Amino acid sequence: MIEKLNLENISLAVGIIVILIGLWGLLTQKNLIKIVIGFALFDTGIHIVMVSIGYIKGRTAPILDSAVDVNNASQIVVDPIPQALVLTAIVIGLGITALMLSYVLKMYQKRKSLEINNYKDLKW
Amino acid sequence: MVKKGFILLILAAMAVIIVGAFAGFTGNTDLGYVANHYASNGASEVGSANLVTAVVVTYRGLDTLGEVTILFLSAAIVGFFLKVENTDNKDRKLKYVSEILNTASQVLVPIIILFGVYVFINGHLSPGGGFQGGAILASGFVLMFIAQPKKEISHKMVTILESISGVSFVLLGVAGIIFASGFLDNTILSLGKFGTLFSAGAIPIIYIFVGLKVGSELTSIALSLKENQNEA
Repeated sequence: MIEKLNLENISLAVGIIVILIGLWGLLTQKNLIKIVIGFALFDTGIHIVMVSIGYIKGRTAPILDSAVDVNNASQIVVDPIPQALVLTAIVIGLGITALMLSYVLKMYQKRKSLEINNYKDLKW
Repeated sequence: MVKKGFILLILAAMAVIIVGAFAGFTGNTDLGYVANHYASNGASEVGSANLVTAVVVTYRGLDTLGEVTILFLSAAIVGFFLKVENTDNKDRKLKYVSEILNTASQVLVPIIILFGVYVFINGHLSPGGGFQGGAILASGFVLMFIAQPKKEISHKMVTILESISGVSFVLLGVAGIIFASGFLDNTILSLGKFGTLFSAGAIPIIYIFVGLKVGSELTSIALSLKENQNEA
């Protein structure tokens, strides 16, 4: 158990906990805004997991400045690909969150309620 | 009650799957094949000190095009969805804005916008880039919207800025096909001296357009949300 206590495992565990909290929020909350927050948490947890999978023990950020020898860079830096993927995913997550919030705003303007139980139009 | 049981069951199943994956995770010890190529040849092929920028803008440029398209789509749908029919501001009730927020925003907004521009111009040298810089630009505008809710910003101007930078981004990509080896190839300009501001070929120019596009898209989302603001 003690050998699991290093940086990549701790960040991976934090990411997993955030994913589970987000899923719990998505499934149990009744307030539309809180559902959107649950979705955003789920998203953030996945980002943390992806970055921690790309981490390599004892290496530095993938930026070739004075701390990194350019000729030997592949032995010194961590994996840049998950970081680039997460950069993409953060922007897309932001767009999706804005979209969901605007749906919530429109629904609130129509019915004056944020309670999901008051929207039964598509429920059978 | 049954519903709660199902929710618990789903969460427990998810936890079992993820924790199982976690127990088998041993951590990486070396770069993969593709990452190894990017780390060894990024400096000589792309000339960007920030390898993440090299991957995002050049090696996986098509992904970035798709990402920008998704962001554009979501901004367009938000704008379509939250369109305000009657634009007279008479019956809207807005939140009271305190003196502190108003004064502070006048000092902070230009500094935040300057910082955003700095971040996306230096995207190939330091942590940062078009997306981050664009988000910082938009956060400056959001602060301005909060501090001065009555102030009108032309939606059309934001849209024109966004369209021009989006078209320029695609044109630079196509120029990469014509003058160099592929879409968004940055060697259409000389790579310059590694690690200086004017290096990495076309990456600073591409990132300026990406930054302006992301900034204006996020600003237009915030603008649509602001125009729907009504405290009544």
